[in-house]
Amino acid sequence: MRIRFTKEQQEFRQEVSAFLEAETPPERRTIYGEFSEEKYWFGRALARKLAGKGWLTVGWPKEYGGGGKTFIEQSILDEQIGYHRVQRVGLTGLNFAGPAIMKFGSEEQKSRFLPPIARGEVEYCQGFTEPNAGSDLASLEMQARRDGDSYVLNGSKMFTSYYAHADYIYLLARTDPHAPKHRGISLFIVEMSAPGVSTRPLPYINGEVAAQTFFDDVRAPASALVGEENRGWYHAMTTLDYERAGLERYARVRRAFDDFVDFCRGSHYDGKPLSHDPVVRRKLAILKVGYGGLGLALLEGGVDAEPRPGSQRGGVHSLSLRHTAEVEIRPRGHGDTRPTGDPHPPVRACPPPGSHRRSQQGEPAPARRGHHGDTPQHHRPAGLGTPPVAAYGLRLHPSPGDAETLGP
Amino acid sequence: MDFAFTQAQEMLRRSARDFLESNCPTAVVRELEAKGVPYSADLWRRVADMGWLGVALPEEHGGSGDIMDQMVLAEEIGRALLPSPLLTSAVTCGRLLLLAGDPSQRAALLPPLIRGQSVMSLALEEPGARSPLKHPSTTALRHGEGYLINGVKAFVPYASSADVFICAVRSEDPQGITLALVESNSPGVAVTPVKSIANFPQALVKFDNVAVGEEKVLGGAGKGRAPLVEALEWATIVQCGEMVGRGQKILEMVVDYSKSRVQFGRPIGAFQAIQHQCADLQVAVDAARLLTYRAASNLRDGLPSSQEIAMAKAAANEMSRLSTVAGHGIYAGVSYTLEHDMRLYSARNMLAEAGMGAAARHVDAIAGMMGL
Repeated sequence: MRIRFTKEQQEFRQEVSAFLEAETPPERRTIYGEFSEEKYWFGRALARKLAGKGWLTVGWPKEYGGGGKTFIEQSILDEQIGYHRVQRVGLTGLNFAGPAIMKFGSEEQKSRFLPPIARGEVEYCQGFTEPNAGSDLASLEMQARRDGDSYVLNGSKMFTSYYAHADYIYLLARTDPHAPKHRGISLFIVEMSAPGVSTRPLPYINGEVAAQTFFDDVRAPASALVGEENRGWYHAMTTLDYERAGLERYARVRRAFDDFVDFCRGSHYDGKPLSHDPVVRRKLAILKVGYGGLGLALLEGGVDAEPRPGSQRGGVHSLSLRHTAEVEIRPRGHGDTRPTGDPHPPVRACPPPGSHRRSQQGEPAPARRGHHGDTPQHHRPAGLGTPPVAAYGLRLHPSPGDAETLGP
Repeated sequence: MDFAFTQAQEMLRRSARDFLESNCPTAVVRELEAKGVPYSADLWRRVADMGWLGVALPEEHGGSGDIMDQMVLAEEIGRALLPSPLLTSAVTCGRLLLLAGDPSQRAALLPPLIRGQSVMSLALEEPGARSPLKHPSTTALRHGEGYLINGVKAFVPYASSADVFICAVRSEDPQGITLALVESNSPGVAVTPVKSIANFPQALVKFDNVAVGEEKVLGGAGKGRAPLVEALEWATIVQCGEMVGRGQKILEMVVDYSKSRVQFGRPIGAFQAIQHQCADLQVAVDAARLLTYRAASNLRDGLPSSQEIAMAKAAANEMSRLSTVAGHGIYAGVSYTLEHDMRLYSARNMLAEAGMGAAARHVDAIAGMMGL
């Protein structure tokens, strides 16, 4: 048991941080609600630079163009991209399609699909959710009928993020309509440019545009099948662990939280810093505890790839899903504690409601326990704003600022 | 980044669980409670014989030096509701002796403590004082070659069982804390038990002109604060481990019950209202567990861990409260009867939430360390 980064990992983290800080001008950073094409293509260019340094797939095996390091290094990259607010690109290829191909794909698929992902040259989108298959994903209806050397695809997919930029769609379709629902599904990689693929834009409130993607007699070669026919559900669920363990979204929200803490330190009301308001202090500290647990759960979920005694994988994943929803929504409540007419509204530090990620089934994350309508307490009695003391009345190890750390 | 226990630790867990399931079922806990006995002397001796009391001490004192061993045991002890003075005696006072004791004090006091032959307790809190670590009002004034101690200590755990108190007092230096070893049978020491939930033995201890020699000062006059804080950090994280173990046990109990209890023609676990309570509790237990392990492993390695410990205790408190609510909510009516076990768990949850700093204290500490 040793729950922190190694010295080398900590150095890698600092190196990545410095690189991203230097490479990303402020106007290229994406805050919620500010997606743009320019930022997307900036992200693509940056991904190629990261690939050039060997970092983009630092956790992939070397034989597939990776850096041969571990899940932790890959997570550090994800975390830093999120924390520096670089527009994320290529996520589906890097974290879902790539690992699925590595695990279940043929040698031909590996050599064809993996190197471009590792070089940051390709975009994938995901085709799982359907209009009638959300939380009950396994009830999906899209058909993939075998016809000679190809499959014929018919149906539609919902919430296709990055559809406009994607070269491939990584999708689930039904290959055996008569089998029990989980056992008749297969996993495919289909070119978005294939005849019969069309899209209906589905703009999100944060400025991103996803789509409903239609498949009308789309012919995919038999080689588009990844893994075993009718085992696609199980293949996909395996690789969804990577999605759940991703630190990029966590770090993006964590950044918003850290900025908001700074805002509370720097903003005054009635001549006192907002951060001395007992209600604000308490809520920020409680949020920090939530972030702490979530960050560790995400890392454990990824590290814990092999089952071991006492493993709590399921719980960890539910923790990450629930917390991802909570930490993205909760700061709104804190944003709302500012006094009316405050000259420094913290809105930019706070994700708007609805900017949460979709859960693995493509449904909006279910838990929204925002603390809206909290009553501000600006007129606290004298004495309550006395300098805080650590547990037991003093600090043995002074750890100012964000010293709660995973460092060595 | 290593989230795994060692093979030896997994074995320790299995043997501890086997031992406690056989020897400390809830029937034993109830029996002690009915008799008004704070803990079983027989179980205490056997636990000591297995080496549980000194498990996290350095190797020269017969331990492994790894607090994670202690965490494994803490989880199993919390799970089994084992009543014992282990936390105050072996963990808090043991650590204090290790940190502040001189070689002769250690040689005299540590071995019997680890063997369970003597029980020590920390006399720290005072009536009306929120943070006794600031300035104890109990005094130790110079008197000949030694000191005279005067004052009142509250909530002293296992006071009636203790052979020796480590008493936190104020001596010449008004800013410092002095740790004095006081034998419980010294003239002037009066122990008044305070009736508590869960049969938890605690007492008000009055020190009235209690004379102690110079050699009874631990770590030098006025120099007790740093070792005290560090020992309490160890104790806090062990307490978190017990809470995590108990929360996990409650979770397993309510999940089992949800699968077997049939209402409206189906197991109640088929209802989302029940499922969500179980899932929320699992999430909270995991968060508290991970934060606890991180704090413990940092503490073991001598890294700054005050904030990590505060975060762990804040999370453990929230989880503990949730487990009480979910336990009584899912078992419902029957769990409010004396014959049902749930009350044994929830009463100990409440004690643990208040012990080693209630949530507000830790949340306040976290805010302070965030620079707020």
